[in-house]
Amino acid sequence: MGPKIRVLLAKPGLDGHDRGVKVVARALRDAGMEVIYTGLHKSPEQIVEAALQEDADVIGLSSLSGSHMALFPRIVELLKEKDMFEDTLIIAGGIIPDQDYESLSAIGIEGIFGPGTDTDEIVNYIKQNLKRPI
Amino acid sequence: MTKESIKLVNIEELREKWESSYNQRVNRHPERLKKFMTTSSKEIQNLYDPTDIPEDWSYQEDLGYPGRYPFTRGVQQSMYRGRLWTMRQFAGFGSAEETNQRFKFLLENGMTGLSVAFHLPTIYGRESTHLMSLGEVGKLGVAIDTLKDMEILFDGIPLDKVTTSMTINAPAAILLAMYITVAEKQGVSSDKIGGTIQNDILKEYIAQKSYIFPPTPSMRIIVDIMKYCSTHVPRWNTISISGYHIREAGSTAAQELAFTLADGMEYVRWAVEAGMDIDEFAPRLSFFFNSHNDFFEEICKYRAARRIWAKFIKQYNPKNQQSLWLRFHTQTAGCSLTAQQPYLNVVRTTIQALAAVLGGTQSLHTNSLDEALALPSEEAVEIALRTQQLLAHESGVTNTIDPLGGSYFIERLTSEMEKEAEEYFHKIEQLGGVIPAIEKGFFQTEISNAAYRYQKEIEEKERIIVGVNDFQKDEKIEIPILYISDEVADRQIRRLNQVKEERDNVAVKSALDKIKKAAEGTDNLMPPIIEAVKLYASIGEICDVLREVFGEWKGDQLF
Repeated sequence: MGPKIRVLLAKPGLDGHDRGVKVVARALRDAGMEVIYTGLHKSPEQIVEAALQEDADVIGLSSLSGSHMALFPRIVELLKEKDMFEDTLIIAGGIIPDQDYESLSAIGIEGIFGPGTDTDEIVNYIKQNLKRPI
Repeated sequence: MTKESIKLVNIEELREKWESSYNQRVNRHPERLKKFMTTSSKEIQNLYDPTDIPEDWSYQEDLGYPGRYPFTRGVQQSMYRGRLWTMRQFAGFGSAEETNQRFKFLLENGMTGLSVAFHLPTIYGRESTHLMSLGEVGKLGVAIDTLKDMEILFDGIPLDKVTTSMTINAPAAILLAMYITVAEKQGVSSDKIGGTIQNDILKEYIAQKSYIFPPTPSMRIIVDIMKYCSTHVPRWNTISISGYHIREAGSTAAQELAFTLADGMEYVRWAVEAGMDIDEFAPRLSFFFNSHNDFFEEICKYRAARRIWAKFIKQYNPKNQQSLWLRFHTQTAGCSLTAQQPYLNVVRTTIQALAAVLGGTQSLHTNSLDEALALPSEEAVEIALRTQQLLAHESGVTNTIDPLGGSYFIERLTSEMEKEAEEYFHKIEQLGGVIPAIEKGFFQTEISNAAYRYQKEIEEKERIIVGVNDFQKDEKIEIPILYISDEVADRQIRRLNQVKEERDNVAVKSALDKIKKAAEGTDNLMPPIIEAVKLYASIGEICDVLREVFGEWKGDQLF
C-alpha cells in the first residue's frame, strides 16, 4: 500500500460558507486520508502554494458564491505553470450550476459534487481517479 | 392544569398503565423506527400528558399572557389580530439598478419591508476592484462601493414610508451612515427612518465568518453605533442578534437558541459597561432566527427564546416594558432546500414558515424554490411571498394568539430547550465568556460536530430527506436560473473609478484621517464615518483605515 492520500481542501475567494467543506474534510479523514483545510478567503496563488507545500495528491475546491468560473481556471493555470497539474486530481463542490460543468470539465475539473451528495461518493471518486497508484 | 388537579385524578398511575399496555403492544408490533427524533437529533416520547409538565412549572410564571412577562405567548398583546408580521424578502443581486427594480417589484406585490443582500466585497469591506473581489462582484448580493450606489439602490423608494433591514456586519457603521445620508437627501431626517442593521459580529466568528477586525475593536464599533443611534436614529434596530447563520452552519436548534442568546447577553454587558442605561438600547435589539424542518422543535425554540431573554433583561431593572421583549425576524432554512426535485422546496418552506408564525415572529422571509441552485428568479420569489400571504389570509392560524400554548408537548419541549440553553450558558461562562469561547473554537467545534452528525444520519438513512436519500427521481428537473453576467462587474468598476475621479479627493483624504484618529482614540466613530461617506469615500477605503488601526481576524482551520 502506498502512502496515505493527501487532500488539500480550499475555499477560494471571499465565500464564507464552510459547512460543506468541513463535513467533507471529516468524511475524507474518516476514510483514512490525510486532510489539510486551508481555512477561508484564499486566493488562487495561496491555494496552489499550499498544495505545493503540502504535497497534495488532491485539491478540493469549495465554492458557493458563484465566483468559481473566475477562480477555478486561474488555479488550473497556476498548477500548470508549476508543473503540478499532471499529478494532482482537482475536484470541486458547492453551488455550481449545470451549465458550467462542461467548461470546468474542459479545463480538467471533472469531479463536481453538488448539494445532497453522499460523502462516500466523493471518497470513491478520489480513490478511482487519483493520479498515482494507491 | 395545576399540579393539584393532576394529583386529583391520579394521573401518574393512569399514565403508567397506559405505558405498560403500549409496551406490550410494541413487543408484538414494533414501532416504525428505533428512535423518533427531531431535526436536531433530540429524542421525542410517544406521548405527552400532564405528568410531563415540569414540577416547578406554573402558568403564571412560565407562560403568562401575550404582551405580559415572561412573554412566552408573544410580545404584543394582540399579536396577528392587531397587525400581521412584516413580510420582508431578502433581496440583492447584480448592480444597484437591478436590485432597485427587484425592490419595486416586491413592494408592488405586497411586500411590506425591504431587506438588502450585499455582495461579498461589500460584506468584507473590499472595493469591487480589489484582487479578492475577482468573480464576486454582484454575485451573492448587490454591489455597493460608495454612496453613489446607495442613492441608486433606493431611488424612488420613500425612506420615511418603508423600513429597511440590511444584512451587514463588520462594515455596518458605514452602510448605516450611507442610509442616513440617502434619507437626508430625500428630505427625511434620521429620527424618521426605521430599519435594522444586522451588526452581529459575534456570530460571524462563530458561524457566518464574514468578520474583518478582531472581536474587541469590533465590539467597540458596535457600542459606538448603539450610542449614536440612541440619540440620532431612535427608530433603528442597532443589532439583529442572529441564530440564522449558526443554524445554517449546521447547529442544532438548542445550539442556535443558546449561542444566539449568549451573544445577545454579551452585547448587553458591553453596552451597560460602556455606561448606557438598559432602556436606552435594549428596546432596539432584535433577533433573527432560522426555521428548519422540525415543526414543533422550531415553535418551542422561539417560545423558549422569549422567556429566557425576558428573564435575563429583568435583572437590569428596566423601566420600559419593551426592553424585555425579544422581537425577531425569521427566515426559513436555506440549508434545508434541495437541488433534487426543487418544487418540493415550496412545501418545505410553507411548513417552516407556519412554524415561525405559530412561534410568534415579527417578520418573515420565505425562501424561494430555486435557492439550492442559485439566487432566486422573480417567478420563484413571487411564489415565496405568496406563501406568506396565504398563511396570513387563508390558513386561519392568525385568528387566535399562540394557539399551541398549553399543549403538553409544546410546553415540555419549550422548557427542555430553555434548560439546554442554560446548560450551554454555563459552559460558555466556564470558558471565560463568549469571546474566549470563540478564541478557543468552542462554538465552531460544537457546530461542525452537529453538522457532521446530521450528514451521517442522512447517509445512513436514519433521517429521510425526500428526493435526496429516498423517493428519488432519475429524471433531472430543469428550472429557470438567475444568472449574473460578468458585465455587472465591468460596470461597477467603471462607476467606482468615475466616482473617485469626480469627488474631492483632498477632502476624502482628510475625512479618512479623522476616522483614523477616532479609531485610535475613544471618540464615537459614527460622525467621522458619516462625513467620509458624504464625500463618497468607499467602503473599502474606510475599512482599510480601520484595518490599519484594529488589525484583522484570521479565522481558524478547524474541522
